[in-house]
Amino acid sequence: MTGIDDIWSPVWLTLELATVTTAVLLVVGTPIAWWLARSRARSKEAVAAVVALPLVLPPTVLGFYLLLALGPNGPGGWIAGLYGARTLAFTFTGLVIGSVVYSLPFVVQPIRNAFEAFGERPLEVAATLRASPWDAFWSVAVPLARPGFVTGAVLGFAHTVGEFGVVLMIGGNIPGETKVLSVAIYDFVETLQWTQAHILAGGMLLFSFAVILTTLLIEKRLRGERS
Amino acid sequence: MSAEEGVIAARFAGQLGGFALDVAFTAPTRGITALFGPSGCGKTTLLRCVAGLQRMAGRLAIGSEVWQDDAQGRFLRAHERPIGYVFQEASLFPHLSVRRNLEFGLARTTPVHRRVTFAEVADLLGVTDLLDRRPDGLSGGQRQRVAIARALLTSPRLLLMDEPLASLDQASRHEILPYLERLHDELAMPVLYVSHAADEVARLADHLVLLDAGRVRASGPLAALRARLDLATDAGNEADAIVECRVAAHDDVFHLTYLEFAGGRVSVPHHALPIGHAVRLRVLARDVSVTLAPQTGTSILNIFPAVVEEVAEESAAQLLVRLNVGGTPVLARITRKSASLLALAPGKPAYVQVKAVALLA
Repeated sequence: MTGIDDIWSPVWLTLELATVTTAVLLVVGTPIAWWLARSRARSKEAVAAVVALPLVLPPTVLGFYLLLALGPNGPGGWIAGLYGARTLAFTFTGLVIGSVVYSLPFVVQPIRNAFEAFGERPLEVAATLRASPWDAFWSVAVPLARPGFVTGAVLGFAHTVGEFGVVLMIGGNIPGETKVLSVAIYDFVETLQWTQAHILAGGMLLFSFAVILTTLLIEKRLRGERS
Repeated sequence: MSAEEGVIAARFAGQLGGFALDVAFTAPTRGITALFGPSGCGKTTLLRCVAGLQRMAGRLAIGSEVWQDDAQGRFLRAHERPIGYVFQEASLFPHLSVRRNLEFGLARTTPVHRRVTFAEVADLLGVTDLLDRRPDGLSGGQRQRVAIARALLTSPRLLLMDEPLASLDQASRHEILPYLERLHDELAMPVLYVSHAADEVARLADHLVLLDAGRVRASGPLAALRARLDLATDAGNEADAIVECRVAAHDDVFHLTYLEFAGGRVSVPHHALPIGHAVRLRVLARDVSVTLAPQTGTSILNIFPAVVEEVAEESAAQLLVRLNVGGTPVLARITRKSASLLALAPGKPAYVQVKAVALLA
């Protein structure tokens, strides 16, 4: 028999993973989005294509390469060696890294679009009002791009909650460490525990609906404020 | 004191897309200098170079402060230059209230450099009642006034205005012009004012830099430049002279105001201006005719003795004549036939009859 923990543990783990991943994505994705929106470098679209790769690649392909990278012989293993571990694969940290790569386009794209939408002018105005580029980024660009940040954060969070293939490849199925919701549902179905599968799957359905509805409502309110 | 003290000295040369700019000019650090020329002549690019928003090879000094000197590898970025910049569209920050928009630059100006207060500027531009509004709730004219106030609140050493009236309708334009004139009268701040509208320039500018196809065609004090026939012959119907006058008297019976300048007394429809007030008249060449003897029995009131200075051909049929009216140059457009009949030549005494003048407040 499965206990209550077998249902709730994956839920909490998933929420924790999605929260940490979203935070990392905002920190990593924002400078990338800024560079893609502002740079005139020719290499720009190549970088944009790399960022967008997870949209097209099968998650198992992405997971395969991540497994190599995070494993004992990859850079992940080297990093793990710094604090005495052998590998980043099959760890929570490894899952966060994998999820960041996997969900990056969902965060970068909306933020890049938002940065592009307001053009050069507000930043030029800020410069003529004595704001340094760093100052103008925080006082003008970020507030103007707020709808893009909201969309990016929500999509990044939801997409991480929903990932399966990548997790299976690099995380495995360790309860409390890497056994997230989607993997748990798969497990319950495999072992014919339909009730538990129903609870988790139904919960996901409601959660996803709530996320999308909230995003739409927030975006509508942010737009309404401005026009 | 260096020779450049009190002078804005700019020199830029470079390529932007398919457009080549190669300009050098100096302007006084007092009053309004208009960068005037047709669309696409490079005036906005030039202004952006002065602001540091765009970089082109050259040198720029405001008095003794050097903002750019490629020979020494010196280039202040836009936010390091003490400028105010008013864009063609007001470009207020949509996420901030009018008050926060105004405070944006003020907060970033070190207190020792502040020469104006929030209340003074808000009052000067008439935006005190708008402070709690959002930019999108304002009319075009109100928005541009807020943008000007926002720029002024940084206490700039140099104010740059890029056709601030061009995106406004006629009514908003008339709403803003008096504020620009107050600016000119009350703040001792040099202004570089980009425009392609001759009437706006005649009304506001003290100094003119004429641009054409990325080059400076001429530059100098407004009145002197306006009287140059080689430039005026290209101005078509806009060829004009600027006459600086003072209000001398009001005539309550005929409802007229008399203005005096060195060449005589001009009658204009009544304007409620104090005696002694300085005003500027714009006299279009097409509204001036020339006679050899003073006319009587004419409806024209404004007749002045003058001396012909120069005659230039405008077209096969028409000439532009510059006459000296008590030291002030006035242009007249007449036919070649009339000039021949009157035997007009430099040095010949004559009378100018002015059919209409525009009082530029």
